[in-house]
Amino acid sequence: MKENIVEFKNISIDYPMKKYTLRAVNNVSLNVKRGKITALVGESGSGKTTLSSSLIRCISEPGIIAEGEVIFNSNDGSLINVEKLKEKELRSFRWEKVSMVFQAAQSALNPVLTVRQQFYETLDEHGIKLTKEEKEAKCLKILDFVKLDSKRVIDCYPHELSGGMKQRVMIAFSLLLDPEVIILDEPTTALDVITQHYIFNLLKEINKTMNISMLLMTHDISVVASFADYIAVMYGGRVMEYGSVEEVFKNKLHPYTKGLINATPSIIGNIDDVRPIDGRPPNMLDLPKGCVFSDRCPFAKDICKEKEPETLYKEDGSFIKCHLFLGGEDNGK
Amino acid sequence: MENKTPLLSLKNINMVFKKPGSLLKDQYIHVLRDISLDIYAGEIIALVGESGCGKTTLGKIITGLYKPTSGEIYFEGNKVSGIFDKKVTSFNEIQFIQQDSYAALNPVRTIYQSLYAPIKNKHKKWSKKEVDAKIEELMQIIGLYPSEQYLSKYPHQLSGGQRQRILMARAISLEPKLIVADEPVSMIDVSLRLSILNLMKELNEKLKMSFVYISHDLSTSRYFAANGKVAVMYLGEIVELGQIADVISHPSHPYTRALVQAVPVPDPTYKGADELPLKSMQLGSLEDRTEGCSFKERCLYCTSECNKKQTYQSSKTAQVLCCNLSTVLDKDK
Repeated sequence: MKENIVEFKNISIDYPMKKYTLRAVNNVSLNVKRGKITALVGESGSGKTTLSSSLIRCISEPGIIAEGEVIFNSNDGSLINVEKLKEKELRSFRWEKVSMVFQAAQSALNPVLTVRQQFYETLDEHGIKLTKEEKEAKCLKILDFVKLDSKRVIDCYPHELSGGMKQRVMIAFSLLLDPEVIILDEPTTALDVITQHYIFNLLKEINKTMNISMLLMTHDISVVASFADYIAVMYGGRVMEYGSVEEVFKNKLHPYTKGLINATPSIIGNIDDVRPIDGRPPNMLDLPKGCVFSDRCPFAKDICKEKEPETLYKEDGSFIKCHLFLGGEDNGK
Repeated sequence: MENKTPLLSLKNINMVFKKPGSLLKDQYIHVLRDISLDIYAGEIIALVGESGCGKTTLGKIITGLYKPTSGEIYFEGNKVSGIFDKKVTSFNEIQFIQQDSYAALNPVRTIYQSLYAPIKNKHKKWSKKEVDAKIEELMQIIGLYPSEQYLSKYPHQLSGGQRQRILMARAISLEPKLIVADEPVSMIDVSLRLSILNLMKELNEKLKMSFVYISHDLSTSRYFAANGKVAVMYLGEIVELGQIADVISHPSHPYTRALVQAVPVPDPTYKGADELPLKSMQLGSLEDRTEGCSFKERCLYCTSECNKKQTYQSSKTAQVLCCNLSTVLDKDK
């Protein structure tokens, strides 16, 4: 079995418009390790949702994959090229192999169906042949697993549940067909910190006990620090840095990663060390020449404004995209 | 500060909303219970709590948008009864910054029009030139220049951070003494978040404006209100009130303790608690609240005492609403 369950290979994703084409994701290569939690961090518009939706070929209209491919190495050893799946295969691939917890659980559930109806519908649609009793047992079991009062919740309509409960129903939903990967798109954005803490503990437990790999998208770097195993920092449609959470936080190599960490207020540590990143988020239609972060980077040199940096790979598979760390004349530190 | 009159003083504020029930019986929801709070000139107070705890309602009472069901509000020692009280002009002195910057600006008016109207309304004798000069000055303060570039635009043409700054400009245009900011940075990207908070900090220092900062996020509260106070709310009550640095380092109320522990820290080596000191993650409901402590269903230290009416007690660092505070504090040792 390969170590990587998902491989994004030189992916570029375009949104063709009438007058121009917006490249939301530019030549990204990224691996998601089996059984681990990989976090995609970035500000809004950095392309993290677009990139991860290419895994279930669900990029919102009119986006297309312009270049590259997504390879899924299933736990049973088979190799799936997501790009080449036929419509019917794609329907079973989604949710059986890769499921997703959407950003707004509030609107991801059907308001006029009970939880039970929605769960059964999905089971039927995917041709899972179970008796009525087996179906019920399965649904109750996963609802119990997310620590809901399963007997009550299963016959509830979404409006009868609180935000945190809906999010947990969504997580249970994503487990329904025993997927191998779950994509989590900002799973706790609208929730308060205590609920957030419970949800992440739950997700960690699912990751450990069921050995499900996770791809987490978030803009909150504190969540990543306490929850994920690997981190990929996205900016302007590119992955600027990738590595294990410990290493990335310890070394703070890339100026943008460093800026993000320094810009995050915390409840411990010295407040005076916290400072914002100068400038404003990039306009995806008018990216700076050279390195996309060069106009905000405090360490930018002449070369940064002229040439986009190559990706520098290290032995452990981590990588960084920055001129400061590329060899060559005068690029020492 | 002992003998100074507070800028704004809330005394035993109660707020009850009517919920349309059956024909025979209306339901009442007691949203705020016995809130007393003093705000001094130049002070920053953070109101922190889970969603649904009544923090926005309290903010709206402070600004006079809601009239409390019972209780008294004193502004600089004078009793006032709300924004619709024609005798009260003092409510020009309190401004509100709403959570959703898009909804708070009129979409069919340019930024110039949105800023012009309140100033002209306050200074009826000012010529257009004088108002323009004032607007120019405001745009300098909030850091959006050259101002012509922004003034002729409509809200949808600006980014979230820019709109938030415009709201700030509009709020300070009337030179208020107190600004209530309701989650001003919750919808803003990480890298811009700090610059907005820094702007508010600057206004506080230079113009001596007081701020009430409503948020569910303890980390940004700690950053913004570094030398100020925090009021932790739970189900319509202030359960703990003290200097924010003390409250975060030595939380007294069982709820504050859970809240502080649930905040993720942007450092993977930091080992937080796996289990929060709570009995259940479910937020209590305002509708079926029983007498006594609002937190008793979730509290680890709950005893029969908790069914009685609660009174405030002083811990070393804060005013705490808790029946058996001494027991809670003793357990530390």
